[in-house]
Amino acid sequence: MIATLAFYVFALILLVSAAMVVTARNPVHSVLFLIMAFFNAAALFLIAGAEFLAMILVIVYVGAVAVLFLFVVMMLDVNFAELREGYQRYAPVGAAVGAVLFVELLMVLGGWHFAPDAASLRLGQIPAGVSNTDALGRVLYTDYVLLFQLAGLVLLVAMIGAIVLTLRDRKTSRHQDIGRQTARSAATSLRMVTVAIGAGVAPGDILRPQPEAPLTPPEPVGGGAGHGGPHHAAEIR
Amino acid sequence: MNWTAAIPEIFLALSGLAILMLGVFVRREPTFLCSMLAVGALLLTAVLVLGGSDGAAYGGQFVVDPFSSFVKLLVLAAAALALVLSLDYNRREGLARLEYPVLMLFATLGMLVMASASNLMTLYLGLELQSLAIYVLAAFARDTLRSSEAGLKYFVLGALASGLLLYGISLVYGFTGGVGFAGMAQALADPVHASPGLIAGIVFIVAGLAFKISAVPFHMWTPDVYEGAPSPVTAFLATAPKVAAMALLLRVMVTPFGHLLGSWQLLIELVSIASMVLGALAAIGQTNIKRLMAYSSIGHMGYALIGLACGTPEGIRGVLVYLVIYVFMNAGTFACIIAMRRRGLAVEKIADLGGLGRSDPGLALAMAVFMFSMAGIPPMSGFFGKLYVFLPAVQSGLWTLAVIGVLTSVVGAYYYLRVVKVMYFDPGVEELDAPPASLSVLATGTALFTTLFFVFPGPFIGAAQAAARVLFG
Repeated sequence: MIATLAFYVFALILLVSAAMVVTARNPVHSVLFLIMAFFNAAALFLIAGAEFLAMILVIVYVGAVAVLFLFVVMMLDVNFAELREGYQRYAPVGAAVGAVLFVELLMVLGGWHFAPDAASLRLGQIPAGVSNTDALGRVLYTDYVLLFQLAGLVLLVAMIGAIVLTLRDRKTSRHQDIGRQTARSAATSLRMVTVAIGAGVAPGDILRPQPEAPLTPPEPVGGGAGHGGPHHAAEIR
Repeated sequence: MNWTAAIPEIFLALSGLAILMLGVFVRREPTFLCSMLAVGALLLTAVLVLGGSDGAAYGGQFVVDPFSSFVKLLVLAAAALALVLSLDYNRREGLARLEYPVLMLFATLGMLVMASASNLMTLYLGLELQSLAIYVLAAFARDTLRSSEAGLKYFVLGALASGLLLYGISLVYGFTGGVGFAGMAQALADPVHASPGLIAGIVFIVAGLAFKISAVPFHMWTPDVYEGAPSPVTAFLATAPKVAAMALLLRVMVTPFGHLLGSWQLLIELVSIASMVLGALAAIGQTNIKRLMAYSSIGHMGYALIGLACGTPEGIRGVLVYLVIYVFMNAGTFACIIAMRRRGLAVEKIADLGGLGRSDPGLALAMAVFMFSMAGIPPMSGFFGKLYVFLPAVQSGLWTLAVIGVLTSVVGAYYYLRVVKVMYFDPGVEELDAPPASLSVLATGTALFTTLFFVFPGPFIGAAQAAARVLFG
């Protein structure tokens, strides 16, 4: 009785928040409703006795995916109103594709036969003392170890790919170059100046660390007429 | 559990991880070292494949048989060739980063898994491992617009193809009640079980795999990706993944769905005809040699599919022989394309080859050999590749396929021979740079293979015969 009531409560909230995900005007609200939908779906899984799926849904979808969405939405500043502009124009094509897939699904379901003993198998005995997390763990690292490890490699490749395609050494990042530090001598870093009394220190008298010469590609001979200025300025400073 | 069956794959995965770690921690410039180690790892894996024993493992998810060993050796050879091709090019283009060989190793690992897959889940994971690494490789020159576009385009379309494949897998699982090839074959032993939903599932699986071998009508990405990706990546893309995906298609069609030959034969025939015709006609107007090679590869996949359409051991043998020949002549052609530099800058217009016959007779001769071979002119190997797929087609009564194949070969000869004509009879604009030693050696080696294949076809055909027979049980 309580379980049934809980099911309807969670299911109702799930449906409402799922509808809000696609109708909310503010994308941040959409993502927040998505998180609520995930939590309620997790609760439904718990009622169904699939506690592993429920935890995975919370940890993976709420903990990682939805938060990532939130970051993306907030950082990219996507104008969703603009994205929806083509909705009316693309709706017929989208509906056609959907209709085709629906017909195909009907075809599949039309040819569907349950094995005669399917119902009894579905109600088969659950071994005592084995939760479904336990049951998954028993096969994941034994029967399916090959697939599990392959999936791990797919994720590794995805990570390498993300790093390869986006990581850049910034020009302004400060690396410690021990060789350069120890090669420093007093002559390159200290300058003695005589300051007249009351005159103060002129800006040019204080020696600041020189900014590194920018790494420019070698210029073609006779082609760099306009590039003289900045370099000379740097040397003078 | 017989886990030792996957020792080549385990070794390759571990060496990929080790090379990645080594490259991060080594103090001097790691790329050359890592590339050499990666080539070494590929060769050692090939030795392990040769020494492996046949049998199923991991609860039937993974199988080692003459077919998988044949495909694995070919894939490893293609990957090693592509890696050697990339050494000089990547250094000059500023792409020499240690992730390149590592990603290539993981892509190759995915292909090895594909070759051994005897379960739809293993099939999918191998395919994804391979594709994901190649998406990144295609976008490897991330600062150039064309390479980024190539990577993105391949990724989006590839994801769509993966979706189709998964949909097909789920349908087939629903109708056969299993994902293992052996169990599916058992469930489908009586063709009466071929319901429309099952056929729809097979069609989706064929669509997903046809995308990977760039067969018409799933070829749209090929010219853009081939043109945009860095040339060595294109060389890789045109050889190893094609072999692996084609092998997967052969195994899926013949082992679990073999009894339904009547249901899918027409599908493969149509895809084959469309690929051959489009490959022949669309290549005529191309001015960029990499785009030309893209259409050429579409056409070649069409010829190879003729063998599958036969559905006989002889046909499958023809496909495997075709793939061997295709890999070596394609790797050689790309060695020539990567060698095309003028004053240090890569050029890729067909017109840039003008006058090559006088300025660099060796390279021009190699390129001419590959072009004659692709056109299928005897005694080059390409002729024998076509012979071994046309003959079973005729024996199986698929006259239409054979006749269309011969006609499109004649059309295709036009654009292959045009390249030869440009090299020998057109006035040169300006001499190309002398190619680096690695490319010359590679082009010479593959050219010798292509020319002398007719002297020693025995071992290849014997191995392909053994590999094809095992699929039919």
